[in-house]
Amino acid sequence: MPHVVAAGSGFRQYTDGAAEFDVEAVTVRRLIAELDRRFPGFGEHVARRMAIAIDGEIHQDADDAPLDADSEVYLIPRIGGG
Amino acid sequence: MTDVLERPDAKLDLKVVGTRPVRPDGADKVTGRATFGADLAMPGQLVGKIKRSPHAHARILSIDTRKARALAGVKAVVTAADFPDLASEEYEAGESASNLRDISLNCMARGKALYDGHAVAAVAATSAAIADQALGLIEVKYEVLPHVIDVEAAMAADAPLLDPGLFTQGLEAKPDKPSNIAQRNQLLRGDLKAGFAAADVTLERRYTTAAVHQGYIEPHATVAAFGADGQCQVWSSSQGQFMVRTYCAKLLGLESSDVRVTPAEIGGGFGGKTTVYLEPVALALSRQAGAPVKMVMTREEVFRATGPTSGAVIEVKLGAKADGTLTAADVVLKYQAGAFAGSPVGAGSMTALACYDVPNFRITGYDVVTNSPKVAAYRAPGAPIAAFAIECAVDELAPKLGLDPLALRMKNAVRDGVKAAYGPTFRNIGYVETLESIQNHPHYRAPLGPNQGRGVAVGFWFNVGGESTAAVNIGEDGTATVITGNPDIGGSRVSMAMMAAEVLGLPIERVRPVVADTASIGFSMLTGGSRTTFATGMAVTQAAQKVVADLKRRAAQIWEVPIKQVDWLGGAAVCLDPAKTCPDLTLAALAARSARTGGPIGAQVSLTAQGAGPGFGAHICDVEVDPETGHVTILRYTAAQDVGRAIHPSYVEGQIQGGVAQGIGWALNEEYVFDAAGRMENAGFLDYRVPVASDLPMIEAIIIEVANPRHPFGAKGVGEVPIVPPLAAVANAVSAAIGVRMTDLPLSPPKVRAAIDAR
Repeated sequence: MPHVVAAGSGFRQYTDGAAEFDVEAVTVRRLIAELDRRFPGFGEHVARRMAIAIDGEIHQDADDAPLDADSEVYLIPRIGGG
Repeated sequence: MTDVLERPDAKLDLKVVGTRPVRPDGADKVTGRATFGADLAMPGQLVGKIKRSPHAHARILSIDTRKARALAGVKAVVTAADFPDLASEEYEAGESASNLRDISLNCMARGKALYDGHAVAAVAATSAAIADQALGLIEVKYEVLPHVIDVEAAMAADAPLLDPGLFTQGLEAKPDKPSNIAQRNQLLRGDLKAGFAAADVTLERRYTTAAVHQGYIEPHATVAAFGADGQCQVWSSSQGQFMVRTYCAKLLGLESSDVRVTPAEIGGGFGGKTTVYLEPVALALSRQAGAPVKMVMTREEVFRATGPTSGAVIEVKLGAKADGTLTAADVVLKYQAGAFAGSPVGAGSMTALACYDVPNFRITGYDVVTNSPKVAAYRAPGAPIAAFAIECAVDELAPKLGLDPLALRMKNAVRDGVKAAYGPTFRNIGYVETLESIQNHPHYRAPLGPNQGRGVAVGFWFNVGGESTAAVNIGEDGTATVITGNPDIGGSRVSMAMMAAEVLGLPIERVRPVVADTASIGFSMLTGGSRTTFATGMAVTQAAQKVVADLKRRAAQIWEVPIKQVDWLGGAAVCLDPAKTCPDLTLAALAARSARTGGPIGAQVSLTAQGAGPGFGAHICDVEVDPETGHVTILRYTAAQDVGRAIHPSYVEGQIQGGVAQGIGWALNEEYVFDAAGRMENAGFLDYRVPVASDLPMIEAIIIEVANPRHPFGAKGVGEVPIVPPLAAVANAVSAAIGVRMTDLPLSPPKVRAAIDAR
């Protein structure tokens, strides 16, 4: 199952300090739902405030993006620009 | 829909992409015909003006508008009481979620004025003179409060609090006392203690940067008309008409479909026009007055009340082995947010070490509210500040290791397969190629004269994709119109037309790009984050591909052959069936028969673009310092950048040159100067010195093309990266020229002269 690493510290209030998770999920949508089930409010935080890097490629608002069992998944703060 | 695109073929035979056609908006802009925000006028329009706080921090005890309302010619007066008192809510409108209450309070103060220039009331009158007189008649009673602007002073336990309800987020334990520190974030990797223990050389430095403004030449301007039936129209200069629509609707309690926003031409934004200041106020005034209201900021208002970027303090400790391998980094970033939380320290933290493969690090960022204008995005928000510190520290570390500064960077450079400091593994990046181009450039080995110095620096930005919509419509004569919802800041119109022309097989002159209002095209995120050519270009390309598919279907229908027997080559349908002799059907021929083959020809695509490839830049700067005055002259500047593929190389070069110019200003002269009462002392271009053409040499831009496999033509973003390295490149050059390490920006003549005197 994908191993998920959350970068930074702004989310830790939801996760009791945890920053790495093994999550059985085949899409970003299911990943967010599972994170929210484990840590209420965390999924919403991820959906609104974080980007998801899958195998090195940063995704924002990509609920349907597929996850493989060996996908490298990083949750990072959302990125804007100037 | 989410994009699914094939990897671009490195051998693409491109006819239009990569060439340098004249931009379709060029003639209008150089002849003065283009309509910018302040150019629009409506019949019966009123003049709107804003009354601003003269205090950096004050409680608003009362606002008496009676005398102003009684003045002949005054048609409306609004205060915060005329806006909904919004709850604190994160809402996506620009590029990412913003707090609607903060945006509302920034447009019009409620209860407290949080910085010099904060709006407290507004009037609409039949003339500017009457509006000015009315502002003077509005009586505001304040209780002046202690203020704090310096970022470290604001972090102190005994600092005046801007918001007693603000508690620091991101700490292990929830704090029991409020603070001006809105958030602390931290990135960690490896074992910091062991990393420094393994180092043969360490370097520890503290750096400061001043708050600087984006410095767009065009002030904020809008005309707003609130119809009697609740239908609203807004014309304004911004980086995103849909952003303006959403914020106006939310801040005034309207349906977004009742707000139609038309984008004016934009005279520069650089991130500073990714939020609203005037538009909701103009609508509120128009609603009360029953007439259109035009508002145009003065330059002084732009400086005092719109977003600069953060002033900052950065502490850096680096450790390296004798061979130059970096073993550890400890970085602390303290960024001013201005009056409301939300500095770019998060991005600063993520980008600080993005160019380096460091096994052990700790990056700690503090987002700190201060009694200064709320910061707004500014090209690669947060990254130039962090890069200034890191690149100066690396530059100083190199001679201690006996290494050339570029060799030290190359030794520790990130490559494909290396994990970025912010987590994910890099793929398809062109950083090493960019560094090599600078290493091998004659500039790097050119001789220097007395009082001259050379500096190098590198920089990184993520680039983003996001939501975009584009439509491609074919006219009856076979010409094409490309419609998007992104204001053209850096030449995106022509880039959109070029990508459509490439797919359609048309000459660029037969494709007309249009930037449409919010009622005429589907949603697009704003123009910013180096996303438009990538993301909206993707939508344009896919829309053009759909048109081509439809044209092939129509040709197959006419020829009575299966569609697989039709190809699209050079702007015409070609019959592949060897049994038939069919003359090619050009786009014009097919357009002329459109009524009989299915009706008008056109397609629209809406998508959320993913896979924006990260960008890297490497810069060389030569300076000469006048030892008598401390004045710095930029002698020569070379900037290389991986852009994926340059759709229009001239505008890619323009982006690189523009970013460098702004970075040079940031490094040498620009800063917000406040008096003891917290009032800005240099709110004008005479005293806030941006570089002008005569200050700068020709900036040589080198385009590196390591294609992005997620874009149909291989494009990555361009506009953010070039402002990241210049602060450090200039500082490193000045330090080399005078033999004194300069750590505090700006490097203005008095500061440089003082450093020379003290050596």
